[in-house]
Amino acid sequence: MHIEVTQLNKHFGDFHAVRDVSFTIEKGRLIGLLGPSGGGKTSILRMLAGLETPTSGDIVFHGKRVNDLPPQERGIGFVFQNYALFKHMTVYDNIAFGLKVKKQSKEQIRNRVMSLVELTGLKGFEHRLPHQLSGGQRQRVAFARALAPEPQLLLLDEPFAAIDAKIRQELRTWLKEMIERLGITSIFVTHDQDEAIEVADEIMIINKGRLEQKGTPWDIYKSPQTQFVASFIGESTIVSDVSKLKGFEPAADREGVKALIRPEYIEIGKPHEFRIFSATEPGRIKQLHFRGSEWMVEVVVGDTTLITYRSLEKDILHPGDEVTVLVHRAYLFTDEESWIMENRLKEDPMPIHI
Amino acid sequence: MKKLWITLTYAVFTILIIIPLVRIFIGSWEEGFGGFVDALRRPQSLHALYMTGLIVVTVTFINTLFGVMLALYLVRATWLSKRLRQLLNSIVDLPFAVSPVIGGLMIVLLLGPNTIIGSFFGDLGFKVVYALPGMILATLFVTFPLMIREVMPVLQEIGTQQEEAASTLGAYPFYTFWKVTWPSIRWGVIYGVVLTVARSMGEFGAVLVVSGNIMNKTQTATTLVYQDVENFNVLAANSVALVLAAVSIGLLLMMEWAKKRKEH
Repeated sequence: MHIEVTQLNKHFGDFHAVRDVSFTIEKGRLIGLLGPSGGGKTSILRMLAGLETPTSGDIVFHGKRVNDLPPQERGIGFVFQNYALFKHMTVYDNIAFGLKVKKQSKEQIRNRVMSLVELTGLKGFEHRLPHQLSGGQRQRVAFARALAPEPQLLLLDEPFAAIDAKIRQELRTWLKEMIERLGITSIFVTHDQDEAIEVADEIMIINKGRLEQKGTPWDIYKSPQTQFVASFIGESTIVSDVSKLKGFEPAADREGVKALIRPEYIEIGKPHEFRIFSATEPGRIKQLHFRGSEWMVEVVVGDTTLITYRSLEKDILHPGDEVTVLVHRAYLFTDEESWIMENRLKEDPMPIHI
Repeated sequence: MKKLWITLTYAVFTILIIIPLVRIFIGSWEEGFGGFVDALRRPQSLHALYMTGLIVVTVTFINTLFGVMLALYLVRATWLSKRLRQLLNSIVDLPFAVSPVIGGLMIVLLLGPNTIIGSFFGDLGFKVVYALPGMILATLFVTFPLMIREVMPVLQEIGTQQEEAASTLGAYPFYTFWKVTWPSIRWGVIYGVVLTVARSMGEFGAVLVVSGNIMNKTQTATTLVYQDVENFNVLAANSVALVLAAVSIGLLLMMEWAKKRKEH
């Protein structure tokens, strides 16, 4: 289903939950609504479903304005955060609910339910009640139930939040494959950036009711358009006076410039490990943290502390060690705008002051 | 020390509940089964039991219907402000706090034959106070909170998500209520019905004030028992009381049984 949302607003009393949100979603895309808790993601999802009425703005499905259509007539499937399974009904009856409402024949219902049971790997559990299932199984039932009436749009509210870490990983992959196979337009809400990056074709970052940025995970990572997006996606350190770092001196030309530097923008090591030594500067290891698959290194350059990662394969460093540090790029921003600055010396192999 | 407390507890229980029950039973059988049956077959006994039955059925029906609806609106009506809902919620308990006699008195003062509303209805040929409608109203007043207090916590606990899920699956409110909400609140409603029946059967004060206790007209089983005692007809009083007690105990046992079934 092609979706178009323009200037969507939602007030809850004095609280302005969603502010002027506009976006379009192509048919068949899998979209992740990502942002901190309480940022308005779920409100947007519920307005798309018709469970909440927008204060202003239009929601258009397939060129038709659906603002005044009740949820029953929108042709959507909704997977709730806690699944909201009908707890007095068996798995079979839960999945069959939407088909019974449509007054399909017993035969049709049976065929559809059994094919969904098969698809979601719930065979043998049809006669269980929800409380006899594990979290992952419940989620699959909720998914199958939402898909049964063949919706054109699938909405999922924090679909993995209530599942423990290990199974969550499996379910993510499973869900992505399933949605790709069915080709159904889907939107899911999450506050977990890994989840959004891994599952979604496109991410919409929502903060304080505003749509900060929409794009593929790679686009958003590579060129964040706002400071919030830059700090929310990936890890980073905020540096208040970036012009003190070697290669970023021109940043001082502007008033009130701050920088955001990601760990992967920073390289540390012995002098001979760097191709362009002139772009580097000395630093001292402040602290090392073991992160399971790598070291997280806190390194002090001048009076700024930067964070980076270091492979376990390389020489082990110790607090107090002198190292050479190369900062490849920084993400600069003022109150009004933001841009990316590459290390000037790295780009120019023959700097003037040598 | 512990033994003493246990003994004391059972003693209180026996004195308060068991002994009176046994006393009623023995009292009604003083002249054998014949005496018991004769006491019940008096025209005023049959009429009083009929009135009680009528009130119980009407009140239970109305209270169930509107109790469930009010519970739904108190929990789900987001268009009402939170303050207002809290206020309504506490007003629901008013009949628990106010003496039934005062409840009855309020009805007499509002709808009695000498009041504006009362005389208006009287002119239409519809007597409220000192007639069945007033008695039903008084009993409704007393039993009003019972259904709501049983159903509301269940509604709060199940939340609205299952109903929302039903709506996204294409089900309209009526279908959703019967297929999704009702199975969850069913047992709450059944408890509410049992409590309402028991309470409306045993109601005395409010009904006495409103009915005027006219024999063969507005007399209920409880007010008949009262009159029989006044007239020193202890055997008859015990017999009618026994019928009331037996029905109530039967109901409560049924509720226990229902609870057990639900838990399994």
